[in-house]
Amino acid sequence: MYRSLFPGDLFADFDRLQRVAERLSGSAGSLRGYERGGFPQINVGGTQEAIDVVAFAPGLDPAKIEVNVERGVLTLSGERASDLPTDLKQTSLHQHERFTGKFSRAISLPDDVDPERITAKYTDGLLLIKIQRKQAVQPRRVAIQ
Amino acid sequence: MSNNQREERENQALVPPVDVIEDANGITLFADMPGVPKDKLEVSIDADTLTIAGDVKLTLDPNMEARYVEVHIPRYRRSFTLGQELDRARIAAELKNGVLKLVIPKSEKAKPRRIEIQAA
Repeated sequence: MYRSLFPGDLFADFDRLQRVAERLSGSAGSLRGYERGGFPQINVGGTQEAIDVVAFAPGLDPAKIEVNVERGVLTLSGERASDLPTDLKQTSLHQHERFTGKFSRAISLPDDVDPERITAKYTDGLLLIKIQRKQAVQPRRVAIQ
Repeated sequence: MSNNQREERENQALVPPVDVIEDANGITLFADMPGVPKDKLEVSIDADTLTIAGDVKLTLDPNMEARYVEVHIPRYRRSFTLGQELDRARIAAELKNGVLKLVIPKSEKAKPRRIEIQAA
C-alpha cells in the first residue's frame, strides 16, 4: 500500500487542505465545489492590444470545449469525461481528487474588446484565449478656420 | 525579503490533485498537471519516495499585466510513499493534455496467489 506524504511546503498544501475542508464542511465552500470559482482555474492578463485568458483545463477533448462571447462576457464550458475504468469491482479507489463532469465559467471582459477577433488554442491541458482590443480612437486636432 | 524567504518562495509548488486506483496487478495514478509539457515533467524515485513534479510552460507577452489570478505558482510537485510490493523498475508514464498517468506494477512475488490445499 502507499500513503501520500505531505510535502514540506506549507502554503501549497494549505491550498489543497482548504479545498478538502471546504468540500467536507459544506459551509464556506463555493457552491460549485472543487476549486475557488470552479473548474477550470483561470488567469486573466491584458496588454494594450489584447486580453489573454489562460484556463488550466487538463484532460479535455478540444472538440467539445465551448468558448462563447456574448454581451461582454466570455463563457468557457464543456464536460470532462472520467478516465478511470468504469468497472471498479476488482479495484480499490484510494484517492479521488480530480474534477470530472460538466463545467462552465464566465469571465467579464472590458468594454473595448473586439469579439470578432478572438482565438483559442488548447495545448498540454491549457486553454489559451486571446481577444484583441478595438483600436483606441486617435485624438484628432481640429483646424481653426 | 531575506535569502531564506526567497529560497522558500522559489520552492513553492502547487499540489496536483490525483486519482489512485489499485488492483491485483498494481497501482495506477492519475495527476492533473495542466501546462506541463513532456520536457518539463519529472518523475523520480528516491528510496521509498515517488515524486512527480513539473513546470508550467507559458510564454507570455512581457508587457502583460495580470488582471485576475487563480493559479499563482507555475509549478507542481507531490510525493508519495511506495510500498515494498511495487516494482520500481517497471513504472510506465504517459502525459497527455496535462494529465499524467503512472502505472506501477506489483512485483511478481507480491501478487496475490491462491494456495492450493492438498488433501492429506
